[in-house]
Order: sequence, then C-alpha cells, then structure tokens
Amino acid sequence: MNTTTLKPVLKVSNLKKAYGAIQAVGGVSFEVMPGEIFGVIGPNGSGKTTMFNSVLGQIKPDAGTIELNGKDVTHAGPLELSRLGVGRTFQTLQVFGKMTVRDNLIVAAQEHHGSMFGRMFASTDSGLGAKADALIDQFRIRHVAHLQAGTLSYGQQKLVDIAMAFMSEPALVLLDEPCAGVNPSLVGGISSLLKELNRNPKFGKQSSFVVIEHNMDFVMDLCHRIMVMNEGVVMAIGTPAEIRANKQVLDAYLGS
Amino acid sequence: MKKHLIALIALAVILFLPPFLKNYGIYMFTTWLIYVIATMGLNLTVGFAGQKSLGHAAFFGIGAYTVAIAMKAGISWWVGLPSAMALCFVIGLILGFPALRVQTIYLAFATLGFNTAVWLVMRNEEWLTGGTFGLNGIPRPEIFGYSLKDSLPYYYFVLAVAAIAIGLLWCLLRSPWGKAFQALRDNPIRAESLGIDTRSYTLLSFAIGAVFAGIAGVLFASLVDFIEPAPFAVGASIMMYLMVVVGGAGYFWGPLLGALVGMVVPEWIRDVFPTMANWYLPIFGTVVILMMVWLPDGLMSIPDRIKAKRQAREANATRQAAGQAAGAALEAKS
Repeated sequence: MNTTTLKPVLKVSNLKKAYGAIQAVGGVSFEVMPGEIFGVIGPNGSGKTTMFNSVLGQIKPDAGTIELNGKDVTHAGPLELSRLGVGRTFQTLQVFGKMTVRDNLIVAAQEHHGSMFGRMFASTDSGLGAKADALIDQFRIRHVAHLQAGTLSYGQQKLVDIAMAFMSEPALVLLDEPCAGVNPSLVGGISSLLKELNRNPKFGKQSSFVVIEHNMDFVMDLCHRIMVMNEGVVMAIGTPAEIRANKQVLDAYLGS
Repeated sequence: MKKHLIALIALAVILFLPPFLKNYGIYMFTTWLIYVIATMGLNLTVGFAGQKSLGHAAFFGIGAYTVAIAMKAGISWWVGLPSAMALCFVIGLILGFPALRVQTIYLAFATLGFNTAVWLVMRNEEWLTGGTFGLNGIPRPEIFGYSLKDSLPYYYFVLAVAAIAIGLLWCLLRSPWGKAFQALRDNPIRAESLGIDTRSYTLLSFAIGAVFAGIAGVLFASLVDFIEPAPFAVGASIMMYLMVVVGGAGYFWGPLLGALVGMVVPEWIRDVFPTMANWYLPIFGTVVILMMVWLPDGLMSIPDRIKAKRQAREANATRQAAGQAAGAALEAKS
C-alpha cells in the first residue's frame, strides 16, 4: 500500500480530553490512510475509548482537531458524522432487537439519501433490499435474516451489528472491540470478513477501518498499522512487526 | 389463514351490524371508533417511537374544543377539523421538546403536567371554554349537503374518517419512517450513529400522534354534542395509555382491542348488567396487573407467543431427532 501520495481519511491532531483531574487523553495525534486498517491497542484506562468517542462526536474534546477527508469535524455530532460517511460499531451489542435482521440492515442506510419528507413516500425497503441481501450473504446470516435480531445468539447479533456499519458504504468505519465476547471460532471469521470488506469493498468505495481490540493475535493479523496508547498518550505507532519489536511496548503491555 | 378469517368477521361486524342496533348500540360503536383513532395516534408515539406520553387526552380535548368554539363562532365544521389538526400538530411538536431532554418516567411526568395545564384552561377560562358548564349544542357536520344528524349516518361517517386515518398511518409505518421510529424506540444512540435524525423523529412522533387525538376529539364533540373538561383530564390520558398497552404497544391493530376492553366493554356492562358495573373497574385493574406479569406485550402478542412456542418445540424435536440419529449411527458402527 502506497501511503505517501495519499491524503489521510482521518487526521487527529493533539486531541485532549480530561475528566476532572484525570487526563483521559493527553494530546493524541494520528492519521488513517485510505484503505488502511488501523489498530488501536492499550491497557484498560489508556484512553482508547475516550479517543474513539471524541472522534465520533459522542463527547466533546477539550482541545485538538479532527479532520475527515480534509474537513474539520471536531465539533460534528454523531448524526452529521454518519451522514459524512463514518460508520461505527459499539463495544456492547447495539442491534434493534424487535426488528428483523434484514430491516436492521435497511434502517442502517435508509437515511443517507434523499430528504426526510421524501422518505415518507419511499418504498418500504428504501431500494436497499439488494444491498442488504448481499451483505446478509457475505456475513452468512441468510438463515436468520427474517428473525427478530434480539432473538439471535450473541455471535450472530455481533455479525449483524458489524454488517449494519457497512450498509451505508462508509469511507471510514470505527470498530470498538469487534471480538469482545465472541467465541474463538468466530474471531477468525470476523477477521476474514473485515479483510474481505477492506480489500474488495463490495459497493465500489474503499473503506478505512479503525479497530480497538484486546485480542492481540487478531490485531496483529488484521491491521496494517497499530497505535499503542498508554495513560492517555501515544506510546508507539507502526506496523505489526515494528510494534512486536518495540522494547518499550513489550515492557509496558505485551511483555507480561 | 385464521388471521384473515378473524379480520373478515370483524370487518363484517363493523360494516353491517350497526343498522340492526338501537341508538345506544350505534353510539357505542361510534365511541369505539373515535377512541381507536385517538389510541392509534398514541400507539405511534408510545408503541412505535418508544416515547412516554401521559398527555394524550389533552389533544383529544384540544380537538374537541377547537371545533366546538369554531362552530359557536359560525365557522364550518369542515374548517374546524383541519384547524384542530393543525393546532394539535403544533402543540404536539412543542410537547415533543421535553422528550429530547428527558426520557421514561420523567417524560411521562412532563406530559402529565402538560395535560393538567390544558385541563385547567378548559375548566377555568370560562369566556372561551364555558368552564365546568362546558359547551353545548355542537352540531354534526353535513357532507355534500347530506346531514349526518342521525346516529347511523354519523357512524358511517366516523367509520370513513377512521378508515382514512388508519390507512394513512399504515402507509406511514410501512414507509422508511416506520423503521426509523422503531430504531428510535429500540436504541436511540445507535439510531443516531446510523444517520437517523432522532430529534426530528421524536418531535414528529408526538406531533402526528397528537393530530390523531385531535381528529378523534373533533368527531367526539360532534357525537356527544356537549363537551366539558372531564373526558380530557389526566385520568383519561392514563386510560388511553392503558388501552394501548392492553391492546399491544407497537402492534398496529392493538388499539382496536385496547379501545374495546378499555371503553366499550365497561359501558356495555353498565348498560346490560347495571349491578356488575361497580365491579368492572376493579376487575379491569386486576386483569391489567395480571397481564403486565404474564402478557406484558398486550393482547395482540398472543399469536406471536403461540408461534414462538411452536418454533421452540419444533427446534427441540429436530435437535432430539438429530441426537437420536447420531446415537443410532454410533451403535450401528460398534
């Protein structure tokens, strides 16, 4: 991947956020390139989630800027970011329990085109049926597509949750612990799905991912570059091989 | 198939039974339809969009008083109806704003406060509303020069209005809006992260629900020809909420059953078994408590429950058969 001539999809500069006396994020800067899978690791309390939520407009940073494709989105809320092409998953399951799996996927993208008034007269699947079916097949959840999402097993809901983030053809997807609570046999499946979506974006556009994850094998295998956070600051950024070889990181995090 | 048969029988009863009834029976049917319209609106707010509203009867009253005051001033019913709808839409939109800040029980209390305020206006502002004496002599409308004064023509008129209102709501909930409302109900934070404008949908769920209550209020005023503040008090809002819950919140047809057991059955019992009438409310209350324990999703959820049980049984049987087959295969090998 040639990243030198490309402009970053996401550029975070000197991001800071404090809760009272605790500096949760203390000046974090990084860039995510088009098509890149960017991993974020670090021990609990290292500021990963605070950084994530700031980027996603869930909380307001104290200082710093966030740019999406060159546009300043430091103060954009979750709604605006979604419409600008940022998809996300949450640490905990967040599907719409009483809607079918297929409707979960459709509702995940229906608000990205046209006006609210126009949607009042749109067809029930907003013309997204084929796209939803393609993702259902890719995620191998065809056999449960007609069931209420809340009735599925945890692993299946996790797949629905991830698939929803890709329905709107996002330029950037932020995945918060995609493997949390998933049994080991499915971890490999999620990894290959994400690689597939990244290498060969089904709907034309190239997606970049930011992945927070504790499962080290998963991160090392999936990500192109990895950022290690510790106590609110960046300890290292580099390729998996570089991170593995970094003495400081080994001591602080991987070593034990 | 069974579902279609029940729907067909219900439709036949609604269409063809009233001509064989006395005035009181027709009155009961008309009242039922009016409450169906009102509670279908509340079901949108509560059942589909997941907002808590204990102020719905206020909109019912705003509709009723708007058309009554308009007609007192010599304005046509046909102007009164859209005026009431517009007024309810605007006030409903305003009532939605607290919902952007607070949720659950706090929102319920905010709407309850709103209902009390509206009720006080109806009771105290005698110059406008007639106070506790109310407003009487509210005429029924004419349609294409045809008078709806008699109870049967008025029943069919209300039925036509109900059919249009229910049809429009059906179309709305089948459109992407329906999914957006449900997404808002199931998980507002996730909904927003998917680009769903939860703010607008919250406000509109209140406003559209209020319009339905307004239409019902207009029809109610013309039905009873005399209105006073009592039917629009907080107690009525709570009863409407119960109707939605008992019928099945979030089930499109739930209000048909909810309004039946919440409105028509008690009235009918009072008429047919006067000695039992005193017992109805305690019994209804007990049934609601039992339902909340064993059937929290309301009467319309019964078919779903039966289906879920059958599916679980079938899945169990399949698993068992597979286990036995595997066991048999092992035995054959050894």
